[in-house]
Amino acid sequence: MLSPEERQEIEGEFGHYPDKRALSIDAMRIVQRHRGWVSDDALKDISEILEVPVSELDSVATFYNLIFRKPVGRHVIMVCDSISCWVMGYDRLRDHLTGHLGIKMGETTADGRFTLLPIVCLGTCDHAPAMMVDNDLHRDLDAEKIDGILEQYK
Amino acid sequence: MEKVLTKDVPADGSAFDLRTYERAGGYQGVRKALKMAPKEVVEVIKQSGLRGRGGAGFPTGLKWSFVPTGTDAPHPKYLCCNADEMEPGTFKDRLLMESTPHQLIEGMICAARAIEADVAYIFLRGEYVLSAERLTKALTEAYEHNYLGKNILGSGFSLEMHLHLSGGRYMCGEETGLLNALEGKRANPRTKPPFPQISGLFGKPTIVQNVETLCNIHHIINNGPEWFKGLSKSADGGTKLYGASGKVKRPGLWELPMGTTVREILEEHAGGMREGLRFRGLLPGGASTDFLVEEHLDVKMDFTEVQKVGSRMGTGTMIVMDDRTCPVGFCKNLEHFFAQESCGWCTPCWSGLSWAEKMLGSIEDGEGQEADLERLAYICKFCAPGNTFCALAPGAVEPLQSALKYFREDFERHIHEKRCPWR
Repeated sequence: MLSPEERQEIEGEFGHYPDKRALSIDAMRIVQRHRGWVSDDALKDISEILEVPVSELDSVATFYNLIFRKPVGRHVIMVCDSISCWVMGYDRLRDHLTGHLGIKMGETTADGRFTLLPIVCLGTCDHAPAMMVDNDLHRDLDAEKIDGILEQYK
Repeated sequence: MEKVLTKDVPADGSAFDLRTYERAGGYQGVRKALKMAPKEVVEVIKQSGLRGRGGAGFPTGLKWSFVPTGTDAPHPKYLCCNADEMEPGTFKDRLLMESTPHQLIEGMICAARAIEADVAYIFLRGEYVLSAERLTKALTEAYEHNYLGKNILGSGFSLEMHLHLSGGRYMCGEETGLLNALEGKRANPRTKPPFPQISGLFGKPTIVQNVETLCNIHHIINNGPEWFKGLSKSADGGTKLYGASGKVKRPGLWELPMGTTVREILEEHAGGMREGLRFRGLLPGGASTDFLVEEHLDVKMDFTEVQKVGSRMGTGTMIVMDDRTCPVGFCKNLEHFFAQESCGWCTPCWSGLSWAEKMLGSIEDGEGQEADLERLAYICKFCAPGNTFCALAPGAVEPLQSALKYFREDFERHIHEKRCPWR
């Protein structure tokens, strides 16, 4: 069941669009902000609020990179794999991260601390290579910097 | 050189609040636009020759003039700011939103006035967290001081403006894909016609415009079209945010006169290549543009001149390739991006781009065949404009088709030596 806060936040957005269906992505983002991901049960509740079939919501959810339909770790690391970051050493960065965390891209550490994902260009190409951890942008990265950054997220 | 869009960017990385923005002359453009008839605003922008800064360079005033106006026009009408900025190598709009959010809001109010829009959305990519925070605060301030909402400054004009955070997909940056995303659907492109100016968001007249374009509007209204044209070194008016990334000495972003040469941007502002590296080529304006090489360095970076030498200025943020970077690997990275972000709506795109990515991977791994180069050229032809539903696939093959032209010997070397010479 969605919490009263989640419902209130979703309903608070109603006035922004002439059609409740337009809130599909916003509603999933709201739920994800509270729980980290969007479960089947949450999708059913959103479906009732917005009067959009679950199958349609799921087709929308799976289209977008930032909607998670599986549980993720406490912190999500998104590493930019686009061209400017690739030129500036993405491969080495990825290998260092996967080696340090002991997981492949797309996986979550056994202790549930980190999920490691690739991300499309973070729009900070003049400070490549870059990654985001949760809502924090980290730029001009190298292996040494990464170890220090990961220590900040418990 | 006069800076327009970045003159009020605080050096400490902060953003102006409303009062500071007003003290610096902010919202005077809105006051002026509200005293003008909508058609007059359109006419001023038409005369200025402003071309859209999102990449395509379509004349802004002309685009606006397609929107039905007057008492018989359908309402509500919409203005959408395309702040998706997901194309690799593109990093200009982030600065404007993080540093001068009120500048964007002011430009949007003036644009909305021109087309008599009732509702405006800022469609922002979800990863731009700081932009979202600062735009949210600026929107609240603008509402509190009646720059937004009902009867703005007593003019009789009303406008609601909302921030929409994207779920994240490159297709959201495509004009009609963005409209579908705003309607809560998959960001598949729509058939044109009808064009969004006639039937767009929720079936109503809609204008979609890039951040940098909108940030120019109130400056043009304040200072006039001739002033705007005079900022430029070429036929395309105004200044332009140019950038450079890759192994140059000083990667960055600079506001310069439109028509500044590629050489000046690369050598004077970006400082040239890093020690020990040689320039091989660059994509002038994002991942979907054709390579420029040494012989093009004196080309003016504007919409017309770059097109004359077979590429596009795009966003004006160049991605530089040095001689220690493998051109095949470079193209593979680009095609991986485009294949992954294809929405799957039409066959040339979903089939052709993933095929190109696989072939480039096998060439890089030393398993390529001579015929692969012809197959890659075929895919480029197959994905050309007119063969696909939207511009994703034609854009995706631009770097590849030009790499096959300028770096062909590098592709052939991989095939003959059965290895990547850069590894």
